[in-house]
Amino acid sequence: MVLLAGLAMTSPAVAQEAAPKHKPLAEDGLHDPDLPGVHMLQEPGDVLGHLPATTSGNLVDWNKAVRDGYIEPRATLLDRGEVKTLDLDIYLPNTGDAKVVRFPHLEHSEWLDCNNCHPVPFAEEVGATPMSMLEILMGEYCGICHGAVAFPLTECSRCHSVDYDDYLKIRDQQRR
Amino acid sequence: MTTTSRSVISSGAERAGRRWSRRLAVLLLPLAVALPPGTADAEYADVVLNRLSEAADMAPVIFPHWFHRVRFRCKVCHSDSELGFKMRVGANPMDMQRLQEGEYCGACHNGQIAWGLENCELCHSGKMGLPTHIKGGHETSGPGRW
Repeated sequence: MVLLAGLAMTSPAVAQEAAPKHKPLAEDGLHDPDLPGVHMLQEPGDVLGHLPATTSGNLVDWNKAVRDGYIEPRATLLDRGEVKTLDLDIYLPNTGDAKVVRFPHLEHSEWLDCNNCHPVPFAEEVGATPMSMLEILMGEYCGICHGAVAFPLTECSRCHSVDYDDYLKIRDQQRR
Repeated sequence: MTTTSRSVISSGAERAGRRWSRRLAVLLLPLAVALPPGTADAEYADVVLNRLSEAADMAPVIFPHWFHRVRFRCKVCHSDSELGFKMRVGANPMDMQRLQEGEYCGACHNGQIAWGLENCELCHSGKMGLPTHIKGGHETSGPGRW
């Protein structure tokens, strides 16, 4: 029975390798293949398959796609617009047994305006917004985007990325 | 497994029932882990909008975040200065009237930036009966699956 359970638990990874990376819209379980419009739409595989890859979400490294010029998403409705980025890392050290979270403003400000996140849901002062992983998993704070449209919350190490000792060194450097 | 006094005083049928439900649970547990509901076929962050569609005999709308993200940064649609979409499925009170007046999707889907609203079937392309939701969470993730 244990062996059977073990086999069943490894099967999703095997199935994912065998399946095409991006399902055609007519087979995605959401679109109705009997409706004529479905066959006029752009297929995700035709676009996403040509962008830098990751292993989760849309299987696209969206930041690399922008940084390396694969895509040039507009910053305003009508033209390319101006993108004001902020290169400032924020560290969240109260993470229990998990590694310290490094939040990079740089990648976020490529996509978002300051007022998308400030002052709601995040106060601008560091440490002024208490949040827990449970709330994030329930779709609050970081979980408004991560788990819905930005990379999912199964990618623990992409946020929890800094050893506590290294964090202490960074903090001491910043204080100097 | 159940060698407590409770099992001693319960009837044979009850005991057999519990034994079978336990066996069933052991059998189904790996299935529950292996096949999470709503499998990974649709693209991550696809949104189904069916608050009004089906009640008006129209197919639900499927909004592909990936398609729009290739072309626009998040803030274009999600900032108050432009389209003002709240980042929560179901939190945006749009209807065809408001779209025709240039709000929400209608800011682009007017035949100038993107196809006009007369192309009903390009957006109303979902299966009937789908609830309003976003494809996300662990369901469409990769190796970091819960």
